Amino acid sequence: MKLNSLDPRVNRMELPDENPYTDQVLHTMEHWETYEVFHQKKRGTQHVHCGIVHAPNADMALLFAKEQFARRGETSNLWVVKTEHVMAVDYGDADIFETTPEKVYRDASGYKVMDRINEFKKKQNA
Amino acid sequence: MTPDQIQAMRQLLYRLADDQLIIGHRNSEWTGLGPVLEEDIAFSSIAQDKVGHAHALYQLLHQELAEPEPDTIAFMRDEKDFFCCQLVEMPIGEYDFSLIRHWLFDLAEQIRFDAYAESQWMPLAKVARKIKGEIKYHVFHAETWVKTLAEGTEESKARMQSALNEVLPMAMGMFECKENNALLAEAGWITAEAELQNQWEARVKACLQAWGLQWPAQTDASAFLGGRHGYHTEHLQPLLNEMTEVYRLDPSAEW
Repeated sequence: MKLNSLDPRVNRMELPDENPYTDQVLHTMEHWETYEVFHQKKRGTQHVHCGIVHAPNADMALLFAKEQFARRGETSNLWVVKTEHVMAVDYGDADIFETTPEKVYRDASGYKVMDRINEFKKKQNA
Repeated sequence: MTPDQIQAMRQLLYRLADDQLIIGHRNSEWTGLGPVLEEDIAFSSIAQDKVGHAHALYQLLHQELAEPEPDTIAFMRDEKDFFCCQLVEMPIGEYDFSLIRHWLFDLAEQIRFDAYAESQWMPLAKVARKIKGEIKYHVFHAETWVKTLAEGTEESKARMQSALNEVLPMAMGMFECKENNALLAEAGWITAEAELQNQWEARVKACLQAWGLQWPAQTDASAFLGGRHGYHTEHLQPLLNEMTEVYRLDPSAEW
């Protein structure tokens, strides 16, 4: 049985159904690892995650990050971090983010302070 | 400026601008063929920067020294009226050749335009200040690549060394015009060409030592001189044909 793809070009290649490459290990030199890129627009503001680059080392990751993510628009700084150094919550544990709704005492919406803030601002501007 | 100095400045700007335009066009030939996606984008972007630098310098010739419009200068001159060094017109070769050329060329650019940023002739100083940030990134890009490959495998190191042996004599041709530029250097408009070359050689040697590469035994540039006076290799004319093909269909077209 031949591989059946939605892409006719793939079908025309008549690839064998079994992947002949499964027993091959990708070596570091053939497959660069990924670095997460963080972009800072203005100095003093937060670095915001904007994507990844493939690179053989951190210096090269910075080189590529500059061209992929800072070629257009304003940039004051970039960070790159090896993807493998990022700790993440397991999606299977996503229920830790579900929170019970009966905690109105946690919401700050009950405070009526706008009058005092506006009064303070007026004083600052005077 | 005296008429002699104006003529010398005109020649200098043509040489610098033509270097930028031709290396920019050459390096853009890698677009779509780069070794990995990210590098393809980076190298293409650097090539575009170079064409931008050429435009800024042609604009200077047009506005300050009464030369024609940048597009006319770039697309309508004959091969013998181009004054780029022969280094920049050589075909792209393999990636090792293009990387070493990129490094040796951009390092010279960085030293040159950092110096010109302090020129007493303000129009030149302004352009130099505008483009030196981009050149700094170009050198960072080139040095990161050459260092990584020089310190990589046996093969990558050998390729860096052999490309260096091939390119260095060509690169020496960048500094061909010492006497001519002396007129401007004496007036304080620019840093003397010999001084730029000394700084460049010192920086190249320091990098090679740090990365475990050797300064080539053969550095004689005599086979690669003449570009600054309009004498080019067989490779420039085909490049110009391709670069100007569309423009020459209708030079009066609005883009």
